[in-house]
Amino acid sequence: MKADIILSGVGGQGILSIAAVIGEAALNEGLYMKQAEVHGMSQRGGDVQSHLRLSDKPIASDLIPKGQADLIISLEPMESLRYLPYLKKEGWVVTNSRPLINIPNYPAMEDVNAALEKLPQKVVLDVEAIAKEAGSVRAANIVMLGAAAPFLGINYAKIEEGVRRIFERKGEDIVNMNVMALRAGYEVAQHLQ
Amino acid sequence: MERNLFLGDEAIAQAAIDAGLSGVYAYPGTPSTEITEYIQSSPIAKERGIHSKWSVNEKTALETALGMSYAGKRTLCCMKHVGMNVAADCFMNAAMSGIYGGMIIITADDPSMHSSQNEQDNRVYGNFAMIPMLEPSNQQEAYDMVYDGFELSEKLGYPILLRITTRMAHSRSGVVRRPMKEQNLMRFPEDGRQRFVLLPALARKRLKVLLEAQSVFTKESETSGYNTYYDAPNKDLGIIATGIAFNYLSENYPNGFEHPVLKISQYPLPRKQLEKLTDECKEILVLEEGFPVVEEQLKGFLGKGIIVHGRLDGTLQRDGELTPDTVGKALGKEIAGYYAVPEVVEQRPPALCNGCGHRDVYEALNEVLKEYANAKVFSDIGCYTLGALPPFRAIDTCIDMGASVTMAKGAADAGLFPAVSVIGDSTFTHSGMTGLLDCVNEKTTITIIISDNETTAMTGGQDSAGTGRLEAICEGIGVEPGHIRVMVPLKKNYEEMKQIIREEIEYKGVSVLIPRRECVQTLTRKKKATKK
Repeated sequence: MKADIILSGVGGQGILSIAAVIGEAALNEGLYMKQAEVHGMSQRGGDVQSHLRLSDKPIASDLIPKGQADLIISLEPMESLRYLPYLKKEGWVVTNSRPLINIPNYPAMEDVNAALEKLPQKVVLDVEAIAKEAGSVRAANIVMLGAAAPFLGINYAKIEEGVRRIFERKGEDIVNMNVMALRAGYEVAQHLQ
Repeated sequence: MERNLFLGDEAIAQAAIDAGLSGVYAYPGTPSTEITEYIQSSPIAKERGIHSKWSVNEKTALETALGMSYAGKRTLCCMKHVGMNVAADCFMNAAMSGIYGGMIIITADDPSMHSSQNEQDNRVYGNFAMIPMLEPSNQQEAYDMVYDGFELSEKLGYPILLRITTRMAHSRSGVVRRPMKEQNLMRFPEDGRQRFVLLPALARKRLKVLLEAQSVFTKESETSGYNTYYDAPNKDLGIIATGIAFNYLSENYPNGFEHPVLKISQYPLPRKQLEKLTDECKEILVLEEGFPVVEEQLKGFLGKGIIVHGRLDGTLQRDGELTPDTVGKALGKEIAGYYAVPEVVEQRPPALCNGCGHRDVYEALNEVLKEYANAKVFSDIGCYTLGALPPFRAIDTCIDMGASVTMAKGAADAGLFPAVSVIGDSTFTHSGMTGLLDCVNEKTTITIIISDNETTAMTGGQDSAGTGRLEAICEGIGVEPGHIRVMVPLKKNYEEMKQIIREEIEYKGVSVLIPRRECVQTLTRKKKATKK
């Protein structure tokens, strides 16, 4: 088993929480993992990305070589495109459809959508809307994780367990909200594929 | 065995706690900050009474750590690469005195400058001070090196410099812990006065001792388990890979190495293994993260006319961090990319947060400075450096911690008016206070704005050393109380702010303006915490 995943988004959207849950679940599955993330200056509203690698064999590099990622999970549509050079030919892009516009020259949405349209394998969904419907507005990032869950090669129950463990110290309400968000994303994505 | 999911930084912190640490000393700096934060939030560290409060700057941190080591205890001092420049005076001389309780200095270098103003490679400092260095290639090695490093430091009698880079600091992997050790008891070196009083006569002796120790350090490297020789059939090329460069090399040879490889993670360079590699192989390729430190040494001291490839001959790019792709290219491998970045993708630079007080400071300052033909704004290191970007474009310089005050002074000495300095509260106490005294002593006409958000914001909201006392500090340094002006940076106060800025620019002497409003990030976190 091997899964090389790029997580992307804008600083503050919560990609590191997604990474933490997957990491926790992977370790629980007895898999090897490496996850490189960005801290510091770029977190202030800039583009952020994390390389996440899972395997049943030891992993050498913390960074994914170009053209080898199995999956790009993005919390922002334009950001899902920024890391395409890492994607392998038959790789999947799972992305939020709702743009985060914090720059004056954000491109026209139809151009972003057209670029997404060209990709052979993608799931595009409005995670904020799904989060709102599930009553978990603040867990849009975990909705996204739920949507990407079928591509991770990790049992869903293990991912849910990861969510419980990562949010455990924040109290039961937060745990339940995130578990619901995970489920909502998972179910919507099942229908889209 | 239980594997813990640790950042490289966290593995270092946990290893230090497990190895009987008594105190960590540091000033926040990406990518080193999480080491100290981890110890601060560790219940076991608290229970054991391990010191973990932030220091005012890297120099005070390293000196305090050396004092704790002098008293026999194990101590860790962490900094980002440029922090070493601040601590360098103590660093160079701690190599002369040596240590007593085990001491590990962590330098977290930032090649590619993800969050820094240069990409200096602090292995140069290690060689400069002539002390042993470690450079882990993965999180487990980082843990083990720190866990065993205190003993190595005590055995050799010298501080150990452990060098990591951003990818090691901020990458997570499974780490297996080892049993917890007791802390050292307080005790003092019997030969303390011969070692720690660096009077010239004694220092000359210490230098000879340090020089003699070099062969011991080299022997340690040659027998170190972290320096490994991997034999392989094709000897046209021999490859040296240091630290995490070894991972990128391995990534390119999933089924085993084609050429002999020497992995180096402990310095000084293991001479014996290097000689073996150069004897057996026709040409050498050096893969190292950062500057061509090994490459230069190799070209220099062997003198056998061997051909060495690396960053100096263009086989690898001279600047920037390595990746599996750049290493692959140096090895002549084809890099498969299928998709390009679509043209529609725009840059998304970091920006000051919405609601941030620095925004209001720059808005008001920009307005006032429009009234002057030659105004220059000397800024500093922190979130407010983002004032360089649109829509503000408000600053003219950002060089090093504290330089806003002293550069503004130098320009004022040259005749510039108005000379304005913009510095954050934490940067001011780190290195701005001493420059302020220079200004006061000469009654320089200068306007210093300490944009006070009551935290060390850029690195994630650590305590700031001067919170609540900035006016008192400035007054103590000698700024006239009437020219220390506090204001609240909010849109509704713009007219008042502009008036104050104008008045103090016109004052012929030292003015300190303190716009004070808590960082919106720490404020939000506090609100969340009280809700619970």
